[in-house]
Amino acid sequence: MSSALAVDFDDIQGLVRFGYKHHTEASFLLLRVTDRDAARRWLSTVPVSTAVTTDPLPEFAIQVALSAAGMRALGVDDAVVDAFADEFVVGMGDDANRARRLGDVGANDPSRWQWGAGNRVPHLAVLLYAIPGRLAVLQQAIESQCQGGFERMACLATSDLDGIEPFGFTDGISQPLLDWERKRVARDAERTEYSNLCCLGEVLLGYPNEYGGYTDRPLLDRGAAGALLPNAEDAPDRADLGRNGSYLVLRQLRQDVRGFWQFIDGRAGGDAARREQLASAMVGRKRDGTPLIVPAIEQIEGGGDPKDLNAFTYRSDRDGLRCPLGAHIRRSNPRNADLPAGPSGFVSWAKRTLGFDADALAHDLVASTRFHRLLRRGREYGPGVTIEQALGSASNGNDPGLHFICLGANIARQFEFVQNAWAMGVHFDGVANESDPLLGTRAAGVDGAATDGFSLPRADGPDERIAELPQFVTVVGGAYFFLPGVRALRWLAGAQRGSLP
Amino acid sequence: MVVAPVVGGKETALRALLASMNSAPGIADPRNAVVPFGAFEGLHFARLVVLDDALQVDMKLYGVEPARLPTVLVFIGDCDGAADDALADLAQRAGPGLARIFSHCEGFAEGADVLAWMRARDRRAAASFVNWVGRSVRQVREESALQRALSARVPREALATPADAQRVRSELVEHVAGEVLAGRLALTPPEPTPLGWQLRKLAHLIAVPLLSLAALPFVIVLAPFLVWQLRALETNDPEICPRPRQADLAALYELEDRDTTNQYTALGAVKPGLFRRWLLTALLAFTEYACRHVYTRGFLARVQTIHFAHWFFFDDKTRVVFVSNYDGSHQGYMDDFINKVGWGLNVLFSNGVGWPRTRWLVFGGSRIEQSFKYFQRRHQVPTQVWYKAYPGLALVEMKRNHRIREGLERSTMSDADALAWLRLL
Repeated sequence: MSSALAVDFDDIQGLVRFGYKHHTEASFLLLRVTDRDAARRWLSTVPVSTAVTTDPLPEFAIQVALSAAGMRALGVDDAVVDAFADEFVVGMGDDANRARRLGDVGANDPSRWQWGAGNRVPHLAVLLYAIPGRLAVLQQAIESQCQGGFERMACLATSDLDGIEPFGFTDGISQPLLDWERKRVARDAERTEYSNLCCLGEVLLGYPNEYGGYTDRPLLDRGAAGALLPNAEDAPDRADLGRNGSYLVLRQLRQDVRGFWQFIDGRAGGDAARREQLASAMVGRKRDGTPLIVPAIEQIEGGGDPKDLNAFTYRSDRDGLRCPLGAHIRRSNPRNADLPAGPSGFVSWAKRTLGFDADALAHDLVASTRFHRLLRRGREYGPGVTIEQALGSASNGNDPGLHFICLGANIARQFEFVQNAWAMGVHFDGVANESDPLLGTRAAGVDGAATDGFSLPRADGPDERIAELPQFVTVVGGAYFFLPGVRALRWLAGAQRGSLP
Repeated sequence: MVVAPVVGGKETALRALLASMNSAPGIADPRNAVVPFGAFEGLHFARLVVLDDALQVDMKLYGVEPARLPTVLVFIGDCDGAADDALADLAQRAGPGLARIFSHCEGFAEGADVLAWMRARDRRAAASFVNWVGRSVRQVREESALQRALSARVPREALATPADAQRVRSELVEHVAGEVLAGRLALTPPEPTPLGWQLRKLAHLIAVPLLSLAALPFVIVLAPFLVWQLRALETNDPEICPRPRQADLAALYELEDRDTTNQYTALGAVKPGLFRRWLLTALLAFTEYACRHVYTRGFLARVQTIHFAHWFFFDDKTRVVFVSNYDGSHQGYMDDFINKVGWGLNVLFSNGVGWPRTRWLVFGGSRIEQSFKYFQRRHQVPTQVWYKAYPGLALVEMKRNHRIREGLERSTMSDADALAWLRLL
């Protein structure tokens, strides 16, 4: 079998390595199994695209992810399904406790979703990508192949907004760089610098993560599982159903672009420059992607070229004077290290570790970023709306939005943590009762305290505060999927009676 | 902590009674008819928990026959002033309700003196952490109201000159004075610390190092043996970290994320043998010392999100109960623990049966993420009734509110300090 260190690109679905940006057309089919045998037959032959690079680019890419309900519908043993992570097994939309944690309340309540709750939980997400002009052909072919085994629950269309999300900001700039060469020694050690390089095990199951450990996943008895599945690195006598697979979080986020710009315009008193400034402060970048923190001053491992707008941390702006503490990109990726910065030397390290450095402590409110990275693979949908259009018209009921997708090996520690503690957290980094300016639900706290503000700290006076932000983004669907390795997909399609030792 | 075994057959009724005190799953109604916690001004947090011995079976892996331990009811409160006074106040004003609860416990006869009964079953914590020693419930509430008033009042514009900060601050100080006079704000001066409390603290401050010094020669002589013993145990102690059952997890999730603050109650057995027993006793004494004399101002090492935490010995030191009140989600709390004070967790909890394998008492253990997360969830017990006196308030706010008040009450300030103070608002 494969050696411990080599990465089998041909066993990994391509989405883990590529964003398919040249495949500007995409649609996501949400399917439910109607005929188990036909569904299995299709899944055992569907040509999923792998992480192997090809030249020239293929016209199409097909990715297949399954929900827990989908695995069960295919006849996978409960014991095998239940050995996946709890969040995946329970699912996103049918758990009030999870909804509370994720901010899926009020307008975001799963009971109002178009899909993802009750009997609207998809079994399969088939992600189709094509180079310009070719999607219709691909989709037609796939849909006709799927007719026998599945019913189409929804087809999430996407639109190519040229890398700009519907509010008008360049998106997808910050991504962790996966350590495909496995350069980083997988062991548990404190990291005192922010790094953009990320252990494979943070995204792929079956590899060591940032703690140097393996995330739990179904490890099957080799005899019963057959020869198809790869061995587990950490338990070579077991077949690893998780290896080369990743959890895929899909959420459909409707964006009230008109509401967003009209609100900001109102607060800016109609002044265009002021409007841009407020909107940039809420996002943390200008619309062209330039961060409010001046980049190109820091060398960051895995940070890439300074010109890529990603080579910065917030260390030089600890009070949020240039990029507000509560700005969207600062909440989503605080770019801090395991320990607040300080002078080198053991004494300083010990003081910071034991809490005796008051200054370090004051800037130690946010969890270490490297355990909470998201590999984002979302796509926009709906009609692009210019600012002028947004300012000049009321919603016509056809709001654009984002099919948010992120990949990760640990839904609880990554997506759910970021969503709960950072995006929805009303005390993130010490901000006073406000949630993410873009994503927040504005639901009042248990004590009735409003959370619909946004603070812009400044050096020469009290924070400027924008009050009464409406909700700009509404969740209208969502589910947790597993994007299996190719062999694992075939194994699941065969749905052998795998037994857990 | 008041501890009492539950009478066999009365557990279901007890759980129902406890549930009736809540306004949401696990969240006490401050005005509930049984014990109206909200009526007790000095009470920060309170909880009622039913503990069973479900994990005693783990002892088998340590070669010890599991003891059959009774299910017990635990009542824990965090209050201002002396604990005994608070207990007396509770008994006096909520006696009948407490009697209803304790009538499900062994040894509680009808018409019994509730206070005497509770006192007889009251245990001291082996170690306690208090986020901000001396901060009263009243102070928390008053300072929160002060912050809201000032935050709404402060002109949110850039100041033309540094001296303007002084002017704005003076106006705010004056405004607050007017509000206080009108009875809309209150800023009660802190109660003087009782002399007895200070003397006891001083005695503790001196006695523990003295005793440690006296024990030091023995420890030095025995050190090679102790280290050998520790390493031998660490190498051989079985890890018991199976994945918790979904239903058990769901019962815990149900109670969480209903406030900024969450509760945590966990129960575990101490590893058998005198070495672990003495080691844990010494380490908890050391923890108590650190919490009483060092970590009294808003942080426990790097963790700044714990309001109160207590470690209790139980059943002749064969078990430990750990309780805490923390800000944020459970996931965030555990990540904080692993990443910020994993070493501290290991030092104490690695003496518990089944803890993920440690090296040299501080390494490994809780840093073995998956095992640790399973372990702590498996040992967690649902907290049936939990009360917090200031819903929605987080420690980071309470700390800022306190700084606001301090700045307000200072007679003079430099321009820079006045500006820094305004920026808190």
